[in-house]
Amino acid sequence: MAESINPLATGQPVYLVDGRRTPFLRARGVPGPFHAADLALQAARALLYQQPFAADAFDQVILGCVMPGADEANIARVVALRLGCGEQTPAWTVQRNCASGLQALDSAAQEIASGRSELVLAGGVEAMSHAPLLFSEAMARWLGKFNQARGSAARVKSLLAFRPALLQPVIALLRGLTDPVVGLNMGQTAEVLAHRFGIAREHMDSFALRSHQRLAAAHDGGRLDEIEPVYDDKGGYYTADDGLRRDTTMEKLARLKPVFDKPFGKVTAGNSAQITDGAAWLILASESAVERHGLKVLARVCDSQWAGVDPRQMGLGPVHAMAPLMARNRLDSGDIDFWEINEAFAAQVQACLCAWADADYCRQELGLAQAFAPIDEQRLNVDGGGISLGHPVGASGARIVLHLANTLKRSGARRGLASLCIGGGQGGAMLIEGVS
Amino acid sequence: MDEQSKDADLYSVIDADNVAWLHFNKRDSSTNVLSAEILETFYAELLRLVELSPRGLVLLSDKANGFIAGADVHEFARLENHDQALAAIQRGQEVFDRLAALPFPSVALIHGFCLGGGLEMALACRYRIARDDASTRLGLPEVRLGIHPGFGGSARLVPLVGAPHAMDLMLSGRSIDGRAAKRRGIVDYVLPERHLKDAARQLILDPPFPHRATHLQRLSNHAWIRPALAGLFRRQVAKKARPEHYPAPYALIDLWREHGDDPRAMMHAEAASVADLIVSPTAQNLIRAFQLQETLKSLGRDSRFRPRHVHVVGAGIMGGDIAAWCALRGLRVTLADQSPERIAPAVKRAAALFKAKLKRPQAVQAAMDRLMPDHRGLGVAYADVVIEAIFEDAGAKRELYRHLEPRMQEHAVLATNTSSLPLQELREVLQRPDRLVGLHFFNPVAKMQLVEIVRDENTDETCVKRAIGFTRLIDRLPLPVRSTPGFLINRILMPYLLEAVELETEGVPTSEIDRQALAFGMPMGPIELADTVGLDICLHVAEILATHLDSTVPQRLRDLVARGRLGRKSGHGFYRYNKGKMVKQKIPRSYQSDAAIMDRMLLRMLNEAVACLREGVVTDTDRLDAGMIYGTGFAPFRGGPCHYIRSVGADILYQKLQALEQSHGARFRPDAGWDEMAGFTPADEETEH
Repeated sequence: MAESINPLATGQPVYLVDGRRTPFLRARGVPGPFHAADLALQAARALLYQQPFAADAFDQVILGCVMPGADEANIARVVALRLGCGEQTPAWTVQRNCASGLQALDSAAQEIASGRSELVLAGGVEAMSHAPLLFSEAMARWLGKFNQARGSAARVKSLLAFRPALLQPVIALLRGLTDPVVGLNMGQTAEVLAHRFGIAREHMDSFALRSHQRLAAAHDGGRLDEIEPVYDDKGGYYTADDGLRRDTTMEKLARLKPVFDKPFGKVTAGNSAQITDGAAWLILASESAVERHGLKVLARVCDSQWAGVDPRQMGLGPVHAMAPLMARNRLDSGDIDFWEINEAFAAQVQACLCAWADADYCRQELGLAQAFAPIDEQRLNVDGGGISLGHPVGASGARIVLHLANTLKRSGARRGLASLCIGGGQGGAMLIEGVS
Repeated sequence: MDEQSKDADLYSVIDADNVAWLHFNKRDSSTNVLSAEILETFYAELLRLVELSPRGLVLLSDKANGFIAGADVHEFARLENHDQALAAIQRGQEVFDRLAALPFPSVALIHGFCLGGGLEMALACRYRIARDDASTRLGLPEVRLGIHPGFGGSARLVPLVGAPHAMDLMLSGRSIDGRAAKRRGIVDYVLPERHLKDAARQLILDPPFPHRATHLQRLSNHAWIRPALAGLFRRQVAKKARPEHYPAPYALIDLWREHGDDPRAMMHAEAASVADLIVSPTAQNLIRAFQLQETLKSLGRDSRFRPRHVHVVGAGIMGGDIAAWCALRGLRVTLADQSPERIAPAVKRAAALFKAKLKRPQAVQAAMDRLMPDHRGLGVAYADVVIEAIFEDAGAKRELYRHLEPRMQEHAVLATNTSSLPLQELREVLQRPDRLVGLHFFNPVAKMQLVEIVRDENTDETCVKRAIGFTRLIDRLPLPVRSTPGFLINRILMPYLLEAVELETEGVPTSEIDRQALAFGMPMGPIELADTVGLDICLHVAEILATHLDSTVPQRLRDLVARGRLGRKSGHGFYRYNKGKMVKQKIPRSYQSDAAIMDRMLLRMLNEAVACLREGVVTDTDRLDAGMIYGTGFAPFRGGPCHYIRSVGADILYQKLQALEQSHGARFRPDAGWDEMAGFTPADEETEH
């Protein structure tokens, strides 16, 4: 493997200054109370009121989002204008599927490292409950013909061509979660990994249970003060991640049926990430911006890495993104104080843990001389993850980096590594460092 | 090209296409109004233009705020008698008739205010174009001044759009935007600024057939239909205004039923009717109320304070609604309370307010974005105005100020929305005690225009000025009052409410008490008002007033509160409420109505008003009247308490008070200030005659 370059190490230092997120709200089968832009706005609005500078001080606003609503083309710009960041502040939306939020942070970091920007607002958002139902292409073709038909005879003829089956909607969310190249849905890619690494159903369920227990402990221990409550216009308010199931047990999880490979699969709704709405933001600043505005620094962004893998095994993306980053920085697992590997599926995270410490895998697939030391699970996703609090695809990347930075600060720890697997067969990782 | 001096009230420019553009631009004013003088200038200009025979005429305004805001209301107030009024109205009709009869097409190019006489002028043009934005408002608000359109407005609007649309606009007095006007057929186009002049020119160069009412609309004006429709209109108006208090809308309905299909006759009748109405006390008092409102509006005029951010602490009904109103008016607002749970209901009410007022989704969204629920209190540091609206407890308020002040900006105004606590009890904890002012809003905030600006001799003058400037910025009426218990409005209102409670205790049916108040012209009866405000709150204010003003609180009020009968909110106060709706009580047949009931309530109110004047709680009678009209809805057609004293006669009322003191005790003892009231003749002099 070629030694890759790291502009974040050679350029201007990049700091994470502050951040905030909405509670992650589980989709309940109907469009949720907030559009994506509303979620992004409410979290960022409160974040800005914590800052000593005005909303128009940003050089860029960058937002990751996979499926913005029909009224949210370039959603970053929509939110930036609504926030009062000013007409003169450019804003752009990034999309790298499940890591769009991390892509936004990486793009912001690169802007600052290169010296092009001083102060950037970056984050991610997704309102998965608002994913649209679409007309099928056959329906669109019929409608087009009907509209073009001239004369009553032609009209009647085209009307007769109508079939009720044309009304069958296309569920955009399901399409989005299905790999368009290899034809597997994301859950099936997790089944592939479970099979390859021999991960038992029980093992997955206990991982899921632990995710819920950790989120509950984090909530009760006051470690989720990054959450900004959000308010709808019907008197509703939301202060906590509502995907949390405090009452879940191994027995309850064991009772769930597989949803992706019926009936023999192992991946269930209980050991997969929840379909969720949410937004998370961070403020990234250069050294001079930190000084100019007298900002308190949360952490420093040290490095980032993107990698491609077999789309059928997209869940291994984190391994492929983290490995070169670790090698470049001459680190082994013991040097990392806290890990965030996004929980798309229990099986997928567990497959990463296996591959990471597997000598054959590291040699053959990563071109390394030897395996990494095993990742200490006591330091991995310490306050829960996608299985318990959900995975609003565009937002998760920003959330895990935000929470990792807060964890480093809270514990006075040095290094944290955040990583996600990405539908379509990629992985992304970001290394951050606590600042004393 | 023909260009006159731009120093004139109006001038015309004839362009290369031979289209005349007549610009209204009233001298020394930011608003165009149609004074008698300007009407004459306009008439002369029309005659001059006819000689020049242009291809057409476009009427437009150079004022940023609008086309023409109406006739000159101050001239209305100076009309001395019916004949003088009739002559002025008929002259106006002649001028507009000349406009309507021009031998070439005419277009009114409307932006901003186009009200009353302004809209009547536009209706005399062949075409109308309105600008498409939120600030463009068309309407015929004459009924609000106790009259109805007189410059041919009713005669021209009814044939143009049919009776239902036309009468709705004239009877309600409300204004509509350009899109609504287009939907009703009142304007021919509603267009963005960029197309206005091209459209006007095109209408003149290639004039289409003028707008006509639809068949159904024309049918509504048919002689066979009018009587039935008139009955319907009367019933609708009766829901809002009594004929004995507000005769104008009823007069308009009668005119239309009589002459609806004969524009000429309608014009004559319209002029005669307005001449009758305009010199009546009702219209003159409503005009006076309008002028008093203008005076209060002018208070903040020279203020250079431009607050952009308001922080409101306390998300209850008052705090939440104040926050929502500020956001509606374009300010950034943070609304703080102890928990998100307490703030959420205020966000809901704000959303409902924005939807009702702003309608367009983008505007509603922008207002919601400006209003941030702020349970952490982050907004204090950004605020230009901090408004405290927590519960009425001096200790809690002081504790809050202690935390707020160190985080506030140096220039920021600290205001309390207390309804009864004097400033001196609250400000001692402050580093700068002189910065605290009272901004006393009334419930419901979105409806009640008045805000009492509460200060005393220790209050910093700059803070008072800023508070006034802020109040105007959010389009409320500032009324400066001295910080005495109850300030002005509640202090005057409370004896009236307490007397109603006394009457109820004596066995007068609650419905009869309220009926008499409504018959006097109050917007709500005192018993229902007490129930609506909440009996616990009434008791609280009454007790504060009692300690300071040496009055007594009716035991009945204490008993009801002790039994948990708190009014509308608890489902039972003086009245019972079924799902928030009052259960009407019938007045027993055996009950003999007694005019003394209203006298007793009213006289206690008037006596307190006199006391407030004597103590200098408010500077003068005009401000007191304005305060009571816009703060409590005191019968506006009676011109306010002081004006009422003047019109009835101070000495007559004084004698009534003396008699009541004899029969009912010290609470009716006439205040020492009565002999200062205009028209008061000391009793001993009278006996010499």
